[in-house]
Amino acid sequence: MTQPFRTSEGGRIDRQRPIAFEFDGRRLTGCHSDTLASALLANGVHLVGRSFKYHRPRGIVSAGAEEPNALVTIDRGNGRITPNLRATQAELYDGMRARSQNRFPSLSFDLGAVSNAISPLLSAGFYYKTFMWPRSFWRHVYEPAIRAAAGLGRAPAAADPDRYLQQYMHCDVLIIGAGPAGLAAALAAAARKARVVVCDEQAELGGSLLTENSEVEGKPASDWLVNALHMLRDADVMLLPRTTAFGWFPGNMIGAVQRVTDHLPDPHPRLPRERLWHIRAREVVVAAGAVERPLVFSGNDRPGVMLADAARTYLLRYGVKVGSRVVVAAESDSAYAAAVALRQAGIAIVAMVDRRPAASDVARSSGLPVRIAASIADTSGSLRINRATLSNGEKISCDALLMCGGWIPTVHLFAQSREKLRFDEALQAFLPGVWTGHARCAGACNGAFDLTACIEEGYAAGGANGQPQRARHPECAPALPPSVHKGMAFVDFQNDVTIKDLRTATQEGFRSIEHVKRYTTTGMATDQGKLANLNALAIVADLLHQPIPRIGHTTFRMPYTPVTFGALAGSARGDLFEPVRRTPMHDQVAALGAVFENVGTWQRARYFPQGSEDMHRAVARECRAVRNAVGMFDATTLGKIEVTGPDAAEFLDRIYTGSLSRLAPGRCRYGLLLTEAGYVLDDGVIARLGPDRFHVTTTTNGAASVLHHMEDYRQTEFPELRVWLTSVTEQWAVIALQGPLARQAIASHVQDIDLAPDALPHMSVREGHICGVPARLFRVSFTGELGYEINVPADHGPMVWQAIHAGNVTAYGTETMHVLRAEKGYIVVGQETDGTVIPSDVGLGWTIGREKPDFVGKRSLARPDMLRHDRKQLVGLLSADLLEEGAQVISDGAGIGHVTSAYWSETLQSPIALGLIAAGRSRIGEILHVPMPDRTIAVRVTDPVFYDRQGARLHG
Amino acid sequence: MLLIDCPWCGARPENEFRYGGEAHIARPQDAASLDDAAWTAFLYMRNNPKGRHAERWRHIHGCGRFFNCLRDTVSDRIEATYKPGEPAPQ
Amino acid sequence: MRFSIFSLLRHAIGGTPWPEQWRSPEPKAAYDVVIIGAGGHGLATAYYLAREHGIRRVAVLERGWLGGGNTGRNTTVIRSNYLRDESAAIYEHALKLWETLAQELNYNVMYSPRGVMMLAHSVHEAQVFKRHVHANRLNGVDNEWLTPSEAKAFCPPLNISPDLRYPILGAALQRRGGVARHDAVAWGYARGANALGVDIIQNCEVTGISRMPSGPVNAVETTRGRIAARKVAVVAAGHTSVVLAMAGVRMPLESYPLQALVSEPVKPVLPCVVMSNSIHAYISQSDKGELVIGAATDAYVSYSQAGGLHVAEHTLEAICELFPTFRRLRMLRNWGGIVDVTPDRSPIIGLTPVPGLYVNCGWGTGGFKATPGSGHVFAATIARGEPHPIVAPFALERFRTGALIDEAAAAAVAH
Repeated sequence: MTQPFRTSEGGRIDRQRPIAFEFDGRRLTGCHSDTLASALLANGVHLVGRSFKYHRPRGIVSAGAEEPNALVTIDRGNGRITPNLRATQAELYDGMRARSQNRFPSLSFDLGAVSNAISPLLSAGFYYKTFMWPRSFWRHVYEPAIRAAAGLGRAPAAADPDRYLQQYMHCDVLIIGAGPAGLAAALAAAARKARVVVCDEQAELGGSLLTENSEVEGKPASDWLVNALHMLRDADVMLLPRTTAFGWFPGNMIGAVQRVTDHLPDPHPRLPRERLWHIRAREVVVAAGAVERPLVFSGNDRPGVMLADAARTYLLRYGVKVGSRVVVAAESDSAYAAAVALRQAGIAIVAMVDRRPAASDVARSSGLPVRIAASIADTSGSLRINRATLSNGEKISCDALLMCGGWIPTVHLFAQSREKLRFDEALQAFLPGVWTGHARCAGACNGAFDLTACIEEGYAAGGANGQPQRARHPECAPALPPSVHKGMAFVDFQNDVTIKDLRTATQEGFRSIEHVKRYTTTGMATDQGKLANLNALAIVADLLHQPIPRIGHTTFRMPYTPVTFGALAGSARGDLFEPVRRTPMHDQVAALGAVFENVGTWQRARYFPQGSEDMHRAVARECRAVRNAVGMFDATTLGKIEVTGPDAAEFLDRIYTGSLSRLAPGRCRYGLLLTEAGYVLDDGVIARLGPDRFHVTTTTNGAASVLHHMEDYRQTEFPELRVWLTSVTEQWAVIALQGPLARQAIASHVQDIDLAPDALPHMSVREGHICGVPARLFRVSFTGELGYEINVPADHGPMVWQAIHAGNVTAYGTETMHVLRAEKGYIVVGQETDGTVIPSDVGLGWTIGREKPDFVGKRSLARPDMLRHDRKQLVGLLSADLLEEGAQVISDGAGIGHVTSAYWSETLQSPIALGLIAAGRSRIGEILHVPMPDRTIAVRVTDPVFYDRQGARLHG
Repeated sequence: MLLIDCPWCGARPENEFRYGGEAHIARPQDAASLDDAAWTAFLYMRNNPKGRHAERWRHIHGCGRFFNCLRDTVSDRIEATYKPGEPAPQ
Repeated sequence: MRFSIFSLLRHAIGGTPWPEQWRSPEPKAAYDVVIIGAGGHGLATAYYLAREHGIRRVAVLERGWLGGGNTGRNTTVIRSNYLRDESAAIYEHALKLWETLAQELNYNVMYSPRGVMMLAHSVHEAQVFKRHVHANRLNGVDNEWLTPSEAKAFCPPLNISPDLRYPILGAALQRRGGVARHDAVAWGYARGANALGVDIIQNCEVTGISRMPSGPVNAVETTRGRIAARKVAVVAAGHTSVVLAMAGVRMPLESYPLQALVSEPVKPVLPCVVMSNSIHAYISQSDKGELVIGAATDAYVSYSQAGGLHVAEHTLEAICELFPTFRRLRMLRNWGGIVDVTPDRSPIIGLTPVPGLYVNCGWGTGGFKATPGSGHVFAATIARGEPHPIVAPFALERFRTGALIDEAAAAAVAH
């Protein structure tokens, strides 16, 4: 084991289980339970990345989610490449291959660092002030260069083969954070028999207890931890390690993401990579801890400069020394705990640089070489710090510099709950303000930094009463506001925001903290400013001579840490993205060679090519079959609603334009529905099965919205009507038989319905049996031919389809259906209409029951614009060439309408089209023009009915 | 995701429901006698308040019924739900 | 001071401080025009009032910080390939102004005409987009139809496999469409308006609109006192209903949360803007490298600037389906704006029933792209007291007559 900075004992890593890994192609060894960061540090590697803007060399700063610098790409092979992962959170596994980012050609020699040399030019907002001349250069020269320089890691080039799951959970108490406060809260909640869930972002539960060497409730911290976890498991508390609660949504819903396989060298293929939890909790206890506040001084970004508590964590948890000669810059007593721990491990603490004006008790008793009222003025070293210069001019050589500016309570999730924060002057940080009973905070995120206080707060927060004790924070000295220095003193490491940038922004009038954030990009990096925001705020407050609470904080928004797109998308991919709806006859139809199209969520047969037929020839053949013989069509996707009750007819009278109460049982009528604003909403056939029972059809896509529309009126406007609505769309399989031979095609299959034209005329309906199964037989037509629509229970659809198809009937698809209906001038809602069309526009004014006092949409039809004479009206368009749907129609150079449908009419042996043309009905006979990119096509305006205008064939 | 208390089914997540716009806008009984301005007010004009809002929801993936809901449009907290025809709680 | 590489050099070498981009003045007692709302549209209106109409006694009042509403919260898509003639006219007017806006304002707003591609996933959608293409050509608006392989060539990461649940049958491409840096638009107009004498007054919330007994407006009441005004223009996206209620005007508006999100930054991978109406998502990549993703609004009226997780999830389902290589990228930030939506999804611009009171609102999810055009024609409307020809069809009156300008309806799908 060649890990020069690994201690010989201590920590929670397993020295007996070495782990081989690669960083930038270099083979290294770590230990089981290492993170990538701790393993790199054990090997003496501090330089891990380059900054976003200046490409400055950067090292590991922290040991957790707040890490701004140590971003790497982890490559698990084709498609499994993940950029921008924090090395401080990436658990080491055997064979891990990690790469640094944002450098070329290599991490130690990066050409991008030229931007560091011209950094004075690149101050906050520089790009708003230049790159404007010449105008075309932005798009073609400047922007591509800027884009190429920005961007951190590379997106994977291959599709992600991993799976992601989502799971839902309900509990009484959700505890976020399994440190001392969180575990105490869990124990208290479990004791009152609540259903408890504990989640923690780390691999191992315990939080600060994992690096605690003092006693808790009279026993060593590690024993207390073991005992607590044991008790929680016994109480059936659900413990979720590696699970980050990232968002708080209305109604106490917490989003959390659990990393399932990223730490495994060879995960079982059935495991999801991540699992996204939606947790609905009666109460939430946030025990998310705190992160240490960095210091802002010139050269504070060199590799080797890191947070003091991170150094302590690397030592006590991972058995890693972050250096041999260490300078500590302290603005808080907790720095001394870290320094003492490091000294005990044999690391030389060469200076304790304490900026506070007087030595605290802790400082005096530490026995460390303390420099009181001193601070760091500058650092040097190219790829690693080698010297610190103090404010008094003293130069100290070192290989690590630890900084401790106090603590930043992790109030992120609490703030997302839309509760208010308050600024704590003693702590110089934001803490949870007043909270309701459903959102509680305990421990360091609540401002308690003493272990005993954390545990007491935890017990209180998990208890039935839930009002936690407000512990003080006696051992945490107040953080001093950062002093303003010259040189490059970084506030936001990843985005390279310096004190100078903040000053520039405020000088230029950007005084709101939101403006400063946006102008300088401070806090907008992938760490979301976990380390930067409070320092930025303090500096801006100082620059503007205003107290911090006056400046306020930027809004805390989800996610707390970045969440994989795949986890948010869950299993909704491929076939499950939006499940396809198929009709009961799908397999039969597919067996006939159907080419399908998506219609809403359905798949419908578009045409049935035979041999080498293309769509045009197949459709022509299908059209001939229907016009000359008989065709069959799967019409199951049409929406179907059964309307029943003594007032069903009255209800339909109010909903549809027509008078349905006058419809005789056994008869059908075309029905048109309007929105209350008078626009065509949907259409279909209304069949009266009995005095109190109607079978209503809708368009394929209108099924759900029409039912909703009807339910709205039924329940809220006409509650006095005794009428009930049932969706029966999937109850019935529907086969349309259309053509002069339709009667013969079905006659032998229909058992107990008289098909004679007088007994079953056009627009009528009978119930009976077809192929031995119960059926509703409609005599209706959407082609202009003699036609039937057979409705049978869905499960029997395939059998009936097969039986009828066996009689030499040609199957046709939606394309032929469209051609045939267009030849007859029948509209398709959504094609001839577009939500701005009223009945008279499309020649359906006749559907309106003039004697009815009211129906939905009637009043709106009397508005001035609806009465205009130059509204666009449906007409036929004849031309020598086939038109394109959507093409514009012009008259004297001005657009007056468009082509809604255009087909080759096999029946007429000519192109036909329908269009909506201003005052179209008065233009019949006129020649208009359709401009195309390469030519202009002359069209003659005609009546929209091209075929059998008398309707003789319908009544055959 | 809101947690909405259907008066018939109890508390359910928002994705079982469909929003139905502002509540207590009754369709005029005698629409034909209204002038265009009054009809427009019914069709389109909305309170859209910042704060307490009476609104309709339908438990479309549950019992299918419409009901009314009082919600604060700033905090999104739901104060009450009640059946159609019942007055809004004060 | 003019911004240029030379001024940057001078400041870099000399170290002299930059001047303020705008003042923070105390409100005066009276102005010719008071604009309520210092978003992009409001600031642009002030800028053009001063620059083109010589009206410089103008105040722009802002409750919070300028550009802090939807201007700073949108996904910055710019295009003008709208279907209706009225819509195409105003958005194309805006697009022409975008093309020279950086030079006009001496502020790099980073207008990047990288192309906006709208995907068609069904036969019907293809028809609808072709109708757009034809209508746009007639109106002189660039928009072209691409086959799936042409779409793939323009945007290489696109998945054009015919086996997709929603296969790509083609796309409408507006090459002049693109994106811009949203904050810079607000800042650039603010700096420009400030230089022409306009007072931009932040942290000044309007609490009342005062009218003379005879009806016309004469002042606004604010948290910083009463400010007299001959004309008052409300440009308070999201909050229009609340502000106009102070003048007793009811509006056909509802305010909905609209969420957007960005990924962590990655090296350039997506060269253009891609929109998909049928699976409800749009995406582009910022100059910083973040994928910028938007979706439909949340379902209910809200002023909370936050929405449900399921909305973001649904958006990312769609994005991952279109771009399976993005599945391992991570959502970095999610935020919400408040959009006010009209019954026909088109804006309301112009006069109100109250003399002297003007409104510009209802842009829904699409207002950013219109910013320069909207400000330009609204300024003309305020200056002349009558609608500019481009805004005339967008009058509030259209809801009474029924002459709606319904863009969304054109995408209606049914068979």
